[in-house]
Amino acid sequence: MAASDPTPQRMPAPDAVKILIAGGFGVGKTTMVGSVSEIVPLRTEEPLTTAGLGVDDLDGIPDKHATTVALDFGRISIGDDLVLYLFGTPGQQRFWFMWNDLALGALGAVVLVDVRRPESSFAAIDFFERRKIPFVIGVNGFYGEHPYEPDEIREALALPEHTPVLLFDARERASCRDVLIALLDQLIATSAR
Amino acid sequence: MNGGDAAGRLVRPFTLTGGRTRPSRSDFTLITTVTAVDPQPVGGARPQPEHTRILRLCAKPIVVAELATGLDLPVSVVAIMLCDLLEAGRITVRQPRLISRTPDLDLLKKVRDGLGRL
Repeated sequence: MAASDPTPQRMPAPDAVKILIAGGFGVGKTTMVGSVSEIVPLRTEEPLTTAGLGVDDLDGIPDKHATTVALDFGRISIGDDLVLYLFGTPGQQRFWFMWNDLALGALGAVVLVDVRRPESSFAAIDFFERRKIPFVIGVNGFYGEHPYEPDEIREALALPEHTPVLLFDARERASCRDVLIALLDQLIATSAR
Repeated sequence: MNGGDAAGRLVRPFTLTGGRTRPSRSDFTLITTVTAVDPQPVGGARPQPEHTRILRLCAKPIVVAELATGLDLPVSVVAIMLCDLLEAGRITVRQPRLISRTPDLDLLKKVRDGLGRL
């Protein structure tokens, strides 16, 4: 066996697909990933590389050598041969240089919105709109409360009529699952067209 | 080396990669699946301890993000070491399907049905 000629693997690896969970800082991304993941959400930390230094002004951050971007992710097995990964995107604006890598090959995204400060999710919506990545809006009801109707929220976010807006609770597994299903329904409808 | 403090943590991983900070291949996305070749090829350079750890963790197929978590190393560092292992013929790589370019209705329906069963 030549070392340069990898043998075909005997154990078939499952297909892997991913969905991004996006939104501003503190809207419940990590909570949602934790609620639907079959494993305790995992975390990797990336050092801020020179790719980030061009974008970010790190002066004045006392601990700048230690700056890392944490990435939380979870896993849902779909049968034996398919695994869905959920990646929570870094919320802070200065870490957005990572988003392009994250978005590459994603099925779509869920943008979480906190109705008390919807503006914190504007940039995420903008990101996916510009790149034509399909997304749905998940309105996370803090303390289970939903003071606004989906139509009001859609209007406030200036979203087209076909964008699904779902009121949900990031702490509830079934509630999170329904948001993901809404995204898949949207993807199926679009791709069947 | 002061591995305990924050600066040490940032510097140390890149000593594992011979100072390289860019993968020589862009083959390794977060959900690229890697699997150790079994049996391992004989001859060639002996793998370094960190490479051996990777090979142990990917005895069964594992995606890069999970591998990085298991190793407690940044994805960017793990990707470089995976390049070495791929070049040495010690791992095989399986890329995720690029959905956004070629929407695959069957795959989407499969994910949809799987979620419905949760």
